[in-house]
Amino acid sequence: MEIVDVKEKWSNVINAITLGATAAQGGTRGKTVTIGGQSTLPGLTFEGEIPNKPAVAGLITDVVSEDWPDVLKDSIGDVINSPAEWAQKLVEEQKVDMICLKLLGADPNGQDLPPDAAAATVKAVLEAVDVPLIFWGCGDEDKDNLVLPECSQAAKGENCLIGAATETNYRTMAAIGQADKHKLIGEAPVDINIAKQVNILLADAGFDLNDVVMCQVTAALGYGFEYVYTIFERVRMAGLKGDKQMALPQIANVGWEVWKVKEALAGEDQLPGWGKLAERGPRWEAATAAGYLQAGADLITLAHPDAIKITLETIEEMSK
Amino acid sequence: MALTGMQIYKSLPKDHANCGDCGFPTCMAFAMQVASKSKAITDCPHISEDAKGELSDASAPPMKLVKIGAGDVAVEIGAETVMFRHEEKFRNKSLLATKIAASLSDDEAMQRMDAINGAVFVRVGDEIKVRMATIELDGLVADVAASRVKALATKSTVPFVLLGEDAAVMDAAVKAIADKKPLICKATPGNADAMIKVAAESKCPLSVGAPTLEELADLAKAASDAGVEGIVLSFDGKDMANSLRNITIVRRAALKKKFRAFGYPVIVDVAHDDSMKETVLACSFAAKYGAVLIMNGLDGAELLPVLTTIQNVYTDPQVPNTVDAKLYEVGDVNENSPLLFTTNFSLTYFCVEGEVERSKVPSYIMAVDTEGLGVLNAYAGDKISPAQVAKSLADSGVADKVSHRKLIIPGLLPAFRAELEDISDWKEVMIGPETASGIPSFFKENWK
Repeated sequence: MEIVDVKEKWSNVINAITLGATAAQGGTRGKTVTIGGQSTLPGLTFEGEIPNKPAVAGLITDVVSEDWPDVLKDSIGDVINSPAEWAQKLVEEQKVDMICLKLLGADPNGQDLPPDAAAATVKAVLEAVDVPLIFWGCGDEDKDNLVLPECSQAAKGENCLIGAATETNYRTMAAIGQADKHKLIGEAPVDINIAKQVNILLADAGFDLNDVVMCQVTAALGYGFEYVYTIFERVRMAGLKGDKQMALPQIANVGWEVWKVKEALAGEDQLPGWGKLAERGPRWEAATAAGYLQAGADLITLAHPDAIKITLETIEEMSK
Repeated sequence: MALTGMQIYKSLPKDHANCGDCGFPTCMAFAMQVASKSKAITDCPHISEDAKGELSDASAPPMKLVKIGAGDVAVEIGAETVMFRHEEKFRNKSLLATKIAASLSDDEAMQRMDAINGAVFVRVGDEIKVRMATIELDGLVADVAASRVKALATKSTVPFVLLGEDAAVMDAAVKAIADKKPLICKATPGNADAMIKVAAESKCPLSVGAPTLEELADLAKAASDAGVEGIVLSFDGKDMANSLRNITIVRRAALKKKFRAFGYPVIVDVAHDDSMKETVLACSFAAKYGAVLIMNGLDGAELLPVLTTIQNVYTDPQVPNTVDAKLYEVGDVNENSPLLFTTNFSLTYFCVEGEVERSKVPSYIMAVDTEGLGVLNAYAGDKISPAQVAKSLADSGVADKVSHRKLIIPGLLPAFRAELEDISDWKEVMIGPETASGIPSFFKENWK
């Protein structure tokens, strides 16, 4: 029987963004990574091109998170105390495409480290590995307004991806991105309208949307996952249908979010029958990542080596 | 394409205009119900045969509902209407069908059946569980297969998928439990005639699988022509990229082009020796249209990511997601434990609950009824007020459970403090963090 033609005709292409800069491009990276550039939904190569696979960034922190459980810390090993060595291990052993550094130490509610300490960590990681770098502030906006400019300057010319520009700090972020030649993450609190608004504000501030990756504040599976999943799909379809302000690659910070939830943290005495604690966390990461890959994530940040391994394999399988 | 209310209205009998026998006051109101697929055209008692034939064909749901099993343990799959959950909602949750391998001894098979029956979890107030068992037949001889399925059926609390490609073995197994209406899995180009005959004679649902979509459509049509009632389309999850593409094509053809041969739900075999791979495949196909997922995994760590993916993706996006508006106890609370309030929007509530758990400070959380709106939306929409918070707290009886009179309120509602201190028993109102993630450090600094 002949099958009816169901191809969709998408009118637009998602922006392709290259992260990292080689010596010829003004940086010191050994390799660059390009994400986006597709003209169809995830995997649907019968109606469009997917020139770049989704990328995986290995998550590191500048200081050891007090909230991470032993299951995760043990899987990382002693290198957890040295961001540079940790990054090296992720690149060499886990084969991640890039590194995502969370500058947790700057948090005023934590160690409250000064901006130059964060900048020194950024520099150390850039020297230790030759893959592109993503770095995020601690989440306290006032402190990040001090920390991120200094880190940006320390990484000048390396074409990093910096998180995150929001409705309130977009001017500062646009200025440092332009001055030091970095890309930006635009972040919105699980709200598609604000997500678009952040992009419009960045564009108004003179920042090129070709240099922006969108983030919807990632939810772990079971913790608002369906809202974020649906925003990923809606943003992607709006972009493919011609909305240039939505035709941007999207990032999911899976590792950071999953290691806060009960399934990854609670002991077997607290969750009888839910399986071994050691297996739950990495699986929850892998499952959350698998969902977002189906919804259109172009870049996924992961923490546990087992989750990184399986997600890299999944991306290969999906891309056949 | 779906019919509009007006097209349906025009075919309704004029001699019984607005008679009300269908339960609706006017023919137009009824027509709108039919257009939205809430009612069938046959619910009009006066519809002419001609109009019925014409309309029921055009207004038939684009994907059939398929029932598997009988009596109390029956399940339903299919009848989906959209490609993306935000377009409306996904209707019938994907079912996990855990495998009982042919290589197991009878005793082992029986133990596994027990484990499948017991694979029930409660997550955010919902019961989520393994809802089918897949009994592998290939490798068993006919009479062994028949006695095995018969024995398992006496114990099972879930319907079966019978997995095998040998039609003679399948026939024996199906005959042994035909009244249980198992899903026969599967007819292929190699065994189609015999397998379709087994399904048609036993009146059991049948899945069909083929290497190409063209052959798959031929098989589905052959089964339908032979009178098989429930048809399911079968795909190999291990061929991930191809199967994801083909399942999308099949669903689009059915929903958007009314391509009848593909108007059926989908079963995906994701069983994999590598358990982690199986989890990822199952989650991927749960998101993308698998109505039944055949798995090996039966441990909590293996099942919960998949069951939770299904729970999330099949949540109706049109309905605000709420938790019961009541007092929750997190951890081992006592009379000195802090008391917080938040809204009953489930995402808000679970964020607060998660952060309270993370803080390791046992606490009381009052979820105030805001009709499922988050803090700021509830405030903007007048769904939350100090008076209402005070009443919720009074009704909950929390004043008898704690000895202090401190109340931690959302940082987004600082204006509530003065009024709450005025009108309620809670005389020491503390303004909490604006986002849940600030709760652990808030406790560290402010709760001594």
